[in-house]
Amino acid sequence: MTKIELTVDGAAVSDDVEPRMLLVQYLREKLGKTGTVIGCDTSNCGACTVHLDGTSVKSCNVLAVQANGRTVTTIEGLADTAEGDLHPVQASFRECHGLQCGFCTPGMIMQAVDLLGENPDPTEEEVRLGMEGNLCRCTGYHNIVKSVLHAAEGAKA
Amino acid sequence: MTATQDRPAAEIGKDRRRKEDQRLITGRTRWTDNITLPGMLHLAMVRSPFAHASITSVDVEAAKASPNVVAVLSGKDFGAELGVCINAWPITPDQKTPNHSPMPADRVAFAGEIVAVVVARSAAEARDAAELVDVEYDELPAVIGIKNALKDEVLAHPDLGTNKSALWVFDSNEVGTGSDVEAAIETARTDGIVIEREYRQQRLIPAFMEPRSVVVDPTGEQITMWSATQIPHILRFALAATTGVPESKIRVIAPDVGGGFGGKLQTTPEEWIAWAVARRLSKPVKYTETRSESLMAAHHGRDQVQTLTLAADKDGKVTGLKVHLDADLGAYIAVVGGGVPVLGAFMFNAIYKFPSYRFECQTVLTNTTFTDAYRGAGRPEATYAIERLMDELAAEVGVDPLEIRERNWITHEEFPFTTVAGLEYDTGNYEAATAKARESFGYDALRAEQKERRDRGDRVQLGIGVSTFTEMCGLAPSRVLGSLDYGAGGWEHASVRMLATGKVEIVTGASAHGQGHETAFSQIVADRLGVPFEDVEVLHGDTQIAHKGLDTYGSRSLVVGGEALVRAVDKVIDKAKHLAAHLLEASEDDLEYKGGRFTVAGTDQGVAIQELATAAFAAHNYPEDMEPSLDADATYDPVNFNYPHGTHLCAMEVDTETGAVKMRKYTCCDDIGVIINPLIVAGQVHGGLVQGIAQALWEEAVHDDAGTLVSGSFVDYLLPTSADTISFDVVHTDEPSVCTTNTLGTKGVGEAGTIASTPAVVNAVVDAIRHLGINDIQMPCTPERVWRAIQGSKAGGATETPPDAMPHFAEGEANQQSHEGALDQDGAGQ
Repeated sequence: MTKIELTVDGAAVSDDVEPRMLLVQYLREKLGKTGTVIGCDTSNCGACTVHLDGTSVKSCNVLAVQANGRTVTTIEGLADTAEGDLHPVQASFRECHGLQCGFCTPGMIMQAVDLLGENPDPTEEEVRLGMEGNLCRCTGYHNIVKSVLHAAEGAKA
Repeated sequence: MTATQDRPAAEIGKDRRRKEDQRLITGRTRWTDNITLPGMLHLAMVRSPFAHASITSVDVEAAKASPNVVAVLSGKDFGAELGVCINAWPITPDQKTPNHSPMPADRVAFAGEIVAVVVARSAAEARDAAELVDVEYDELPAVIGIKNALKDEVLAHPDLGTNKSALWVFDSNEVGTGSDVEAAIETARTDGIVIEREYRQQRLIPAFMEPRSVVVDPTGEQITMWSATQIPHILRFALAATTGVPESKIRVIAPDVGGGFGGKLQTTPEEWIAWAVARRLSKPVKYTETRSESLMAAHHGRDQVQTLTLAADKDGKVTGLKVHLDADLGAYIAVVGGGVPVLGAFMFNAIYKFPSYRFECQTVLTNTTFTDAYRGAGRPEATYAIERLMDELAAEVGVDPLEIRERNWITHEEFPFTTVAGLEYDTGNYEAATAKARESFGYDALRAEQKERRDRGDRVQLGIGVSTFTEMCGLAPSRVLGSLDYGAGGWEHASVRMLATGKVEIVTGASAHGQGHETAFSQIVADRLGVPFEDVEVLHGDTQIAHKGLDTYGSRSLVVGGEALVRAVDKVIDKAKHLAAHLLEASEDDLEYKGGRFTVAGTDQGVAIQELATAAFAAHNYPEDMEPSLDADATYDPVNFNYPHGTHLCAMEVDTETGAVKMRKYTCCDDIGVIINPLIVAGQVHGGLVQGIAQALWEEAVHDDAGTLVSGSFVDYLLPTSADTISFDVVHTDEPSVCTTNTLGTKGVGEAGTIASTPAVVNAVVDAIRHLGINDIQMPCTPERVWRAIQGSKAGGATETPPDAMPHFAEGEANQQSHEGALDQDGAGQ
């Protein structure tokens, strides 16, 4: 067991974890952050995408111990949902019907936030390339791409 | 101004944002794997690495000694309480059906089948210990592939004596819906056109994003199962029927379910094992599959060889269609199993006026993952075959693919139209959908560009693919299902509860897993009952709340479940009217209901439905001849399927040097009757399109000769990404063909995109290189297959047909040029 201390969605947390424990398992099993989900076992699907020190990572590809001393943001900490607020990208996914079953959505939104942070005014092509690491089976990506472009538009306004 | 008195702006047709989204975009979700119960134990499955083997011993001692392991159980540790996995649709009375134990004790029949289960305090510890279970196998010869299975040399289940499970036949001449197809073919051979083709529907994997998960809690009076399922009601029934627990002691909950596409229309070994273990240990248990397990052991879809003969006169007017399917069931006959290809039986004739038709479906057993429904289930296969054939016929006649269709389709004046397969299409307008699609696509300009590139000898050639599809959906009239020997009906149930505060709870037996029922059903109720959209709450997916239902699949929820809802709402209004008349001291005949309010004609007296709900709750003053309740139920059994249709046009660019294909444009004009929510409809179409396009271009589940699934992860099973796909041009006809068999006039849309798009894409790829002498590319049309096809044509010749490949066809028939032997090597028939 290894002791880790980190900040998750604004709260300081501390736990003893097995060195092999993945960050996504830590988030779900130890912290109950079940908004972040597991969709595959080969780091292809991106459903588990969170931000590690502000950059998107697939949390199945990071060990919990690697997050020691760092800051993690999950879909649950993206906006102050207790107040009913939404991050603009969350609002945009809703507005553009960028989700159906919603399983890939937390990862999609976290990836989109990161993409727009790096490139606030992307072309459709840039969105498609930037979201390539996140799989969706429901939407055919049409409205996901639209959601990201819509969020970029909204930020300009 | 009376506007405020009137019904608010109609909800039906409005692009309402979804009610479901708030929790999904904030991570406030309840997927089955999110559920944790006190004392809950975790399961890990030990799966066979062999496709076919006898189990000689299962040594669990090392696993049992592993930290925090509670139990390790194999098939021999259970008796009848383990139950069996059912086949609900034996397609013929003499169907050969192998016994399907959730965890066989003696013999495994596919790689991935479960032989033991480890129960531990954590999922990680269970998986660790699963590695320590030592299973000894005696490997048996495995039969892989349809053609091998048909030989009956190696048997998937030796005790059955054959791999051939059932032969299902429909012949229009025998049932009186048409004439003799053999005669039509004979005539066409001498005085017309005969197109003979063999097409391969590759095996696909539904690949819903949420891996399957099941939690069973045996504490309390009812045993509760949460499952990532499309079918909580069918699941409950099957558990009761096979495990000896009374149905009334079983509660099944489908909480948030992350996609299904038919893949969660199943009663699974994993659910049965979790059920049995929880009962045995009297503790809550959870099992969540890994993606690799999901790809290997959750049911697969499609997998057919289609042998097709189309007869036409010299002008390309069709005269007959003969279809023989060989369909791979995999190792067992799953819950719907052989019924899936049979659903296609009624759709091969599609929108065309075939005077004669024969359909045969031979199902076979192999030592592979069992197959079952995948989005479209039978209809994509049929649509692919006929839409590919119509393009071939156009090429043979030398006319545009749209023109050949127009010569043969049912015109809008001819509805209702009884087809050669015996279905009555109520409404449709193929001309209007085609005209709209053609215009939006820019068909003529793209044809001109195609010609220009061809004339110029451009390295990148342009192809245009057409698919004018229809389908039968809204499963299904119960009597029809009965006549096909399906084990259940096709009705749906709904309840409307008028709460004391004036809010409305509706309960549906449909079980959404991404479709947006909460939103669409709220719109329907808001309009019909005249209450605010926000005041309607939709409950579903829990057999203790939605006690009756037949769940969600086959594009049925709106057209069957929605109609049940409409009828329940109408009963509420009838009851409310009686109470309103009593309270207003008026005659019911003088009452008018509008915008959620009863008014007495010619007066300013009135009462709102919410006030009536409160009055019924208080029950201080109500008529002698009624119960103090406005609540109502309805169970609706559809009288017919419904028949959405559309014209899909696809432009593909093919690099003739590399074989790379690229989608340039995709337009679809679907006529689905009245649209409740255009935003949701567009989403269904987009997602459906990509699943169909993915069959055409990328996806294929491949077993090697030993029966190992080699496309067993998302590295190898190629789900498309955002970078592989384009944005689509989705339009609808200006005046929809309103469905006549339900009140709302709606038709199903959940599967339309998938059914239509696959042939549109392959037709476009073939169209781009047809001038090189190519008339087929096997799916998926990978760059390698396209390149090989082009190289083959350059080498100057058609692939030779081995003499034994085509027993279906007349010897020496000239225009049959593709065959599976060649397809297996290079995927191309030239």
